[in-house]
Amino acid sequence: MKKTVNQKAWFFVLPVFVLVAFNAAIPLMTVINYSFQETFGDNVFFWEGTRWFKQILQSDRFHGALGRQFLFTFIILIIQVPLGIAIALSMPKKGMGVSVCLVLMSMPLLIPWNVVGAMWNIFALPEIGFLGHSINALGIDYNYTQQPLAAWFTTILMDVWHWTSLVVLLSYAGLCAIPDAYYQAAKIDGASRWSIFRHIELPKMNKVLTIAILLRFMDSFMIYTEPFVLTGGGPGNTTAFLSIDLVKMALGQFDLGPAAAMSLIYFFIVLLICWVFYNLMMRHEEQS
Amino acid sequence: MSKISLNNLSHSYLDQQNNDQDWALRDIDLEWSNGGAYALLGPSGCGKTTLLNIISGLLRPTKGEVFFDEKKITHLSPVERNIAQIFQFPVIYDTMTVFDNLAFPLRNRGFSEDKIKARVKEIAEMLDLSQTLYNRASGLTADGKQKISLGRGLVRSDVNVIMFDEPLTVIDPHLKWILKSKLKELHQEINRTMIYVTHDQTEALTFADQVVVMHEGQLVQKGTPVELFEKPKHTFVGHFIGSPGMNILSCELINGKANFSGAAIEIENKPISHKTYSKTQIGIRPEFVSFSNTGIAVKVLKVNDAGRHKIIDIECDGGKLKMISSVATTIPSGTAYVKFNSKYTYVYGDDWIVGK
Amino acid sequence: MSLELKNVKKKIGAETHIYSTDLKFEKNTINILLGSTLSGKTTLMQIMAGLDKPTSGEIWFNEKNVTGVSVQKRNVSMVYQQFINYPNFTVFENIASPLKIVSISSNEIKNRVGKVAELLKLTDMFNKKPHELSGGQKQRTALARALVKDSGLILLDEPLANLDFKLREELREELPRLFENRDCIVVYATTEPMDALLIGGNTATLHEGKIIQYGKTVDVYNKPKNVISAKVFNDPPINTTKVIKKDKTFSIENNSISWQCQSNLGALADGHYTIGIRPHSITPYKQTENSVQIKGKVLIAELSGSESIIHFQSGNIKWVSLSTGIHPLKVGAEAELHMDVNQFLYFDKNNKLINHV
Repeated sequence: MKKTVNQKAWFFVLPVFVLVAFNAAIPLMTVINYSFQETFGDNVFFWEGTRWFKQILQSDRFHGALGRQFLFTFIILIIQVPLGIAIALSMPKKGMGVSVCLVLMSMPLLIPWNVVGAMWNIFALPEIGFLGHSINALGIDYNYTQQPLAAWFTTILMDVWHWTSLVVLLSYAGLCAIPDAYYQAAKIDGASRWSIFRHIELPKMNKVLTIAILLRFMDSFMIYTEPFVLTGGGPGNTTAFLSIDLVKMALGQFDLGPAAAMSLIYFFIVLLICWVFYNLMMRHEEQS
Repeated sequence: MSKISLNNLSHSYLDQQNNDQDWALRDIDLEWSNGGAYALLGPSGCGKTTLLNIISGLLRPTKGEVFFDEKKITHLSPVERNIAQIFQFPVIYDTMTVFDNLAFPLRNRGFSEDKIKARVKEIAEMLDLSQTLYNRASGLTADGKQKISLGRGLVRSDVNVIMFDEPLTVIDPHLKWILKSKLKELHQEINRTMIYVTHDQTEALTFADQVVVMHEGQLVQKGTPVELFEKPKHTFVGHFIGSPGMNILSCELINGKANFSGAAIEIENKPISHKTYSKTQIGIRPEFVSFSNTGIAVKVLKVNDAGRHKIIDIECDGGKLKMISSVATTIPSGTAYVKFNSKYTYVYGDDWIVGK
Repeated sequence: MSLELKNVKKKIGAETHIYSTDLKFEKNTINILLGSTLSGKTTLMQIMAGLDKPTSGEIWFNEKNVTGVSVQKRNVSMVYQQFINYPNFTVFENIASPLKIVSISSNEIKNRVGKVAELLKLTDMFNKKPHELSGGQKQRTALARALVKDSGLILLDEPLANLDFKLREELREELPRLFENRDCIVVYATTEPMDALLIGGNTATLHEGKIIQYGKTVDVYNKPKNVISAKVFNDPPINTTKVIKKDKTFSIENNSISWQCQSNLGALADGHYTIGIRPHSITPYKQTENSVQIKGKVLIAELSGSESIIHFQSGNIKWVSLSTGIHPLKVGAEAELHMDVNQFLYFDKNNKLINHV
């Protein structure tokens, strides 16, 4: 059924439109402008064409950052999605426990991101941090400011602590929407717990999980604040993910041209993956 | 197959019960023998789904016991009771084919693939699902999906009871007709105990050999469709069964005889003369009211053509009535006389049928 | 006052949902749209209401062209299958809601709400909220809200479908009374033929997006224009089979059953025809002198308290019989049933009705 069209509704959208234009559209156009030019400031521009794009795409530094980013996102998704689902499955559906669990799960999501970074910075310090000290007390040599492996471990652990709740809450919502009759029928059919998960819960959580994975992918691929505050990209550049590397280039080295080009490439990679994801989702829906 | 006995069953969804309304089920005593087709009939909220879930083991009763063949099973889970239940809306495993859906209960119990294949094919044949056996279950229509739910129950040969909880709710009306007859056919073919819960009397009366009528958590009458129709023991049964339901109007009981609309009426039941009631009513079904030359004077208000018969609204001194006549009957206009078939006319005292 | 649909068509993508439709509804009539699910009833009603626009064609209300006029500007009320009420308003507020949008004094509102509530037996429920009401009461509230507006066009889309059997009966009986003295056009969509027969008025039978027949309910039932209209308007489904006419005798194909032509049917050309026999024309006992016997094997016997529905097979056709009384025929038994020849409906090669009962 088609809704009757009311043109006056567009006026409500106008303020947001202006805001978005100001905060996003115009800066984006500026970046595009920079990506094709060379500048040393003072609004003096020299046309460079596609030089920056070629340079970035061929640079080892970019490949390194891109590789680290993909690895990071991959590990994050592999840990957070199953863990989130598992926690959601063990949360109660009725009674007092529901409110308690929901509040506990929401708390990590409410903390400002740089505070999260700062918290873990101190928490994981080898001398005075509780985590750092405990690990060293077990006999493992752990120092995230100096060891790349430790730095990765700490960054991943921080992100899991911070963001798994999102997957949990979304999965929980999906689970609650499953009518009781399905569980009853499965009980009667003699299905095992694993069968129930595989044949009822997982298929029914499909849409919700897709959103959860998409959100987690995007956020982790564009991650900046937390690892920046935690490790600053170090030691060296072992935890310099794409966005961190980008900012170093733009603000640290003031290479605006290459930085702009890299932003655009970054932007297109994210768009491409989301587009692929979306098509897979649509095709899956059509099939069913 | 099992004999099912319910002893003094009561259930409440609240932790504390202060009055009758807090109980969903009150003092249910019932016995059903092997292999029959039974129906639990009643309006929404009467407790029939609660009772069904207690029998299937999905709900533990607050009071009372459930027995399958003398064995107390009140504490057993649905799997241990060997029952099958078909719900209001189709419950199927979306990711599997029709075949896998039907095979699921057997695979969980560790049967060999050969046995499973043979059994699934047999049941699919019975339910007219053989054509779509290898399609994805989620692609079927609502009635196809309900058949799959039914098939999952039939495929296990050790099932004691098959329970239906308003299974035709989401089915299209013209397919409802087909599926309804199919269920009856199935029962005759496989002869297993089947319990059917519904608020639709047509479904209940055409399917079951014995119907239990429920009202506000209590068992009001148990009997064959014919018994419930011809001799309702409670005015609720009289009203609820039959379309339109029984005519129930006030009357007076004088010296053990019924007095209605200013005249004495012949009734079937013999009231005990010394018992007094706060409310006495006479009950007669529209099917048993007919035009005659003498009798109760009535005015014909409206004639409704229902295709296969006519439903006539009439009015007399005692109140408004409905009667059913065949299409061929000539309907007198203006004033007319009707008589009640005394064999099916009853007096009710405080809603229950009086005397013998 | 009248509602007219002129050549209304509705297409969604490549699919035609409503084929070219011409309908005219007069003032003070109840018009029933009868058809199975997906036959186009809801689509047609939404076009009538102004909730949807036809792909082509016009809608005229009271001699004015209202095609494309949005529903807010039309004087329309609608009642749905799912009891739609404002969950946060009490029953009183729910019923009063359409009046509050227009400027009417609160006394007048109280007055009108009171009148409608009395009609629908809701006067004791004014302070309750929808979640405290039973299904029947929720639907009555929705009906009251539709009536209080005094709209010229009231549309009901299967309003009784979600109610218990007995409640459905009760509300169905009240409906004609609710609409009398109301100067409006009522359109009622349903899948149940019994609804149409008991409410009366006019009926339009729909099938796959086409109006097959429109007229007085009694006429559409007794004189179905073609086989499809007969099939839509029957519950249990009508028995149809092919017959051959030779001289003055009709006989069923591949079967030995035959009977003499009645009255003017003798004048028909010899050849193939189709007959429709309603289940209540086939009974285990003789209804009239003019009946022909049919022998068959009983498949299922469904016995409700007052009627028997017998499914049997004769030749290679499955038949359904509906008779009053209890006839406990055994499954697999050979049975002899009687068909009332006077009630047969004859259809020609193009499935059009030839005679009527």
